[in-house]
Amino acid sequence: MDYRQKEINNLKDYKYGFSTDIENIQAPKGLNEDVIKFISNIKNEPAWMLEFRLKAFERFKVLKEPDWQKPKFPKIDYQDLYYYSAPKSMKDKPKSLDELDPKLLETYKKLGIPLQEQARLNGIAVDAVFDSVSVATTFKDELTKQGIIFCPISEAIQNHPELVKKYLGSVIPTSDHFFATLNSAVFTDGSFVYIPEGVRCPMELSTYFRINASNTGQFERTLIIADKGSYVSYLEGCTAPMRDENQLHAANVELVALDDAEIKYSTVQNWYPGDQDGKGGIYNFVTKRGLCKGKNSKISWTQVETGSAITWKYPSCILKGDNSVGEFYSIAITNNHQKADTGTKMIHLGKNTKSKIISKGISAGSSDMTYRGLVDISSKAKNSTNYTQCDSLLMGNKCGAHTVPYIKNKNSESNIAHEATTSKISEEQLHYCQQRGLNPEEAVGLIVNGFCKEVLQQLPMEFAVEAQKLVGISLEGSVG
Amino acid sequence: MKEQLQKDFYNSIKNLSLSQKDIEIKKFCLDNFIDKGFPNKKEEDWKFSDLKQIIKNNIGELSFYNDKASNNKVDTSVFLDALEHNKIVFINGRIEKIDFEYEKKDQIEIIDQSETINEFENSNSLSDLNNAFTNKCFKILVKKGYQLAKPLIIYHTTNSKIWSKNINLRLNFELDKNSSLRLIDLFNDTSEKNFLNIFYNFELKENAVLKNYKVDKFENKNIKYSFNNIDQDKNSISETFILSSGSNFSKNEINCNLKGVYASAFVNGVFSLNNDKHHEIRSIINHLTENTKSYQLIKSVLEQSSKAVYQGKIFVNSDAQKTDGYQLSKAILLNKESEFNAKPELEIYADDVKCSHGSASGSLNEDSIFYLMSRGLSYQQSRELLINGFLLDVVEKITDSDIKNLIKNMLGIKE
Repeated sequence: MDYRQKEINNLKDYKYGFSTDIENIQAPKGLNEDVIKFISNIKNEPAWMLEFRLKAFERFKVLKEPDWQKPKFPKIDYQDLYYYSAPKSMKDKPKSLDELDPKLLETYKKLGIPLQEQARLNGIAVDAVFDSVSVATTFKDELTKQGIIFCPISEAIQNHPELVKKYLGSVIPTSDHFFATLNSAVFTDGSFVYIPEGVRCPMELSTYFRINASNTGQFERTLIIADKGSYVSYLEGCTAPMRDENQLHAANVELVALDDAEIKYSTVQNWYPGDQDGKGGIYNFVTKRGLCKGKNSKISWTQVETGSAITWKYPSCILKGDNSVGEFYSIAITNNHQKADTGTKMIHLGKNTKSKIISKGISAGSSDMTYRGLVDISSKAKNSTNYTQCDSLLMGNKCGAHTVPYIKNKNSESNIAHEATTSKISEEQLHYCQQRGLNPEEAVGLIVNGFCKEVLQQLPMEFAVEAQKLVGISLEGSVG
Repeated sequence: MKEQLQKDFYNSIKNLSLSQKDIEIKKFCLDNFIDKGFPNKKEEDWKFSDLKQIIKNNIGELSFYNDKASNNKVDTSVFLDALEHNKIVFINGRIEKIDFEYEKKDQIEIIDQSETINEFENSNSLSDLNNAFTNKCFKILVKKGYQLAKPLIIYHTTNSKIWSKNINLRLNFELDKNSSLRLIDLFNDTSEKNFLNIFYNFELKENAVLKNYKVDKFENKNIKYSFNNIDQDKNSISETFILSSGSNFSKNEINCNLKGVYASAFVNGVFSLNNDKHHEIRSIINHLTENTKSYQLIKSVLEQSSKAVYQGKIFVNSDAQKTDGYQLSKAILLNKESEFNAKPELEIYADDVKCSHGSASGSLNEDSIFYLMSRGLSYQQSRELLINGFLLDVVEKITDSDIKNLIKNMLGIKE
């Protein structure tokens, strides 16, 4: 067996599917004001934060769960979930990594996340979120020297209330849609990043999310602020143990880019997708939204979505500042019974704004994939352009691939171009590769990687390698 | 609106000799409509065109009763001279004349189907409204192997006798094996502020060919909705061309079911809009079996504060391998107030298919204008040349040369 095959076999099963036995503190089951107060209290939050949560909860009570999405799922009983779960040992926060529960460290070691500082060679600052709390943030000192704030959001609420107060909810307000509002009410932790004026963040910042406890929803909140002229590249990775029941993950991510700032946000999402018969897996209903607030700002989303039973998210850009740029690069792969309804929204408000959407969808097995996107050029967004390309690849005749773009142009000086294709891997391509000694699976892997290349090359190097492997693994068993 | 509907409904059926069962059915449809009302933007298919609001703003209160007892005089001046043709004339929604003077009488059959109601997939509350209020419905059957010598023109004429009225009409067509029909819908309105609700159903048998041209060119202040259901059998071809220009609001829906192998459907459209007109084309092409083909091309030229919407959907069933589906929409926005919205949709469940769509919108190309002006044309001339060239692309897709010339003349396109 050659090396490649060995590696694929190694990875064939969802290798992150273990769960760790760690004592947890949980909020009482269910969703009500007391639970929200419990969360706020345990996190020692100031009064304005509790107010923010309760306001969101008031609104949540009148909202209905949306039902327009393509993948349907059984009704979620929001009263049957735990909204807070934290490793017990985290109650009194450890001051350094040495004080961390060794079991936690072991978990992250298994996941391949270098929390120990000796992993310095990797040069990535990591914030790890375990169930609902952020457990460790590395490279703090180095970042602090440059004035960069990179810490759990619960810490930021304590230490930098002025920044959090100003920006939290400025992109995703408490009055937003169902899942975003739910998150505003019960969010537990997440990452907070502030890059001061003119600073170019010297390393990649990264968060690793892990759902461990069963029956818990994970609701993190990430807030990234890039002040004038700054730059940051941020990575996000996710895994969860294999469980038979579906678990809800409803995170909110807010990005704010001020004048001349640039934020690059990359996600490699590999939540547990459920087993081959579609049992279990994560419901990944995430709200991600970036605001190009200042002139010449830029926000770029890159996502590789291979996991989750259902992925339902639309990372969006609001291009408010003149000359601002929004980009969206996405690979979504569904296999077995996975379902995805994903895409982006580009809302052009400022003059000379530009956006680019490259979306590659691959569906195999009995899965179903939808690209849904909105390009909206308002009447004030003079001289704006959008370019959209969405390609779908189908493998087998039990899967589906759909494209639902909404295109609105209200400005005669702006141009929109949209292209979409759906096809399968051609016999000629396969034949060509096989003739040169590749077996069918390798051939498909090669062709698919080529199909995705435009997106893969947008990822930071360390992630690109992982993502490329993931693409191969996710399509295991779909050929023939 | 509920009382008005009920009152008008009883007035309408009073004059008709309907059986108790038919009345029940109509009543059922009416209740459905009362329940749902006019479609509004909360419905996905009406997201870009809120009919409820449009009727409210443009017409206000509608009345639904039309006195169908008295004859209208057929004004022959509206007839087209350029082309010899067969005629069906509707005046204010009342069918006044059916004339197949150029055809063999025994090859075409006209069947009264007033007692049947239409039920379509992908339709909406307007089909209930239509079923409740249409009083006469004919089916035109073209018999096996017969190809009509001349095109059929359906004149939809309204005059100033009606005001704030809802007019419902319905026609069914069946094209038997190896038959063919060329059909032009020609709208001619001197009335204002009425809502026309038109339902056509086409059934194409093996090898049948339908060429369906809808021409709404003359300026008027009416609101129109037209739903076309086309069922296609093996090897049949349907060609639909829509010229969407004259009315204040217009929405054309084409729902095409490709049920037999090697069936193909073509939908082409031109929006040429000015003032604050708001037009929409929505097409749904259902590829239900293998080796079927569809092609769609929609182009818009939008002036002043006009608005065009194109919603096109290609659906490919899991059995429909070797499907070939293509869809392209392009728009030129000439004014900063104009707006183009598109939702080109693909829903695909089979893997061996070739489906693609494209959509582009923007302003006139400044470089092209510069090129033409540097060769001595005025700005106005260059602009006209570019726009005509842009639209000609769609008009050239019309396969019938007589009708192509007719439409070119209407659009003022010279070669």
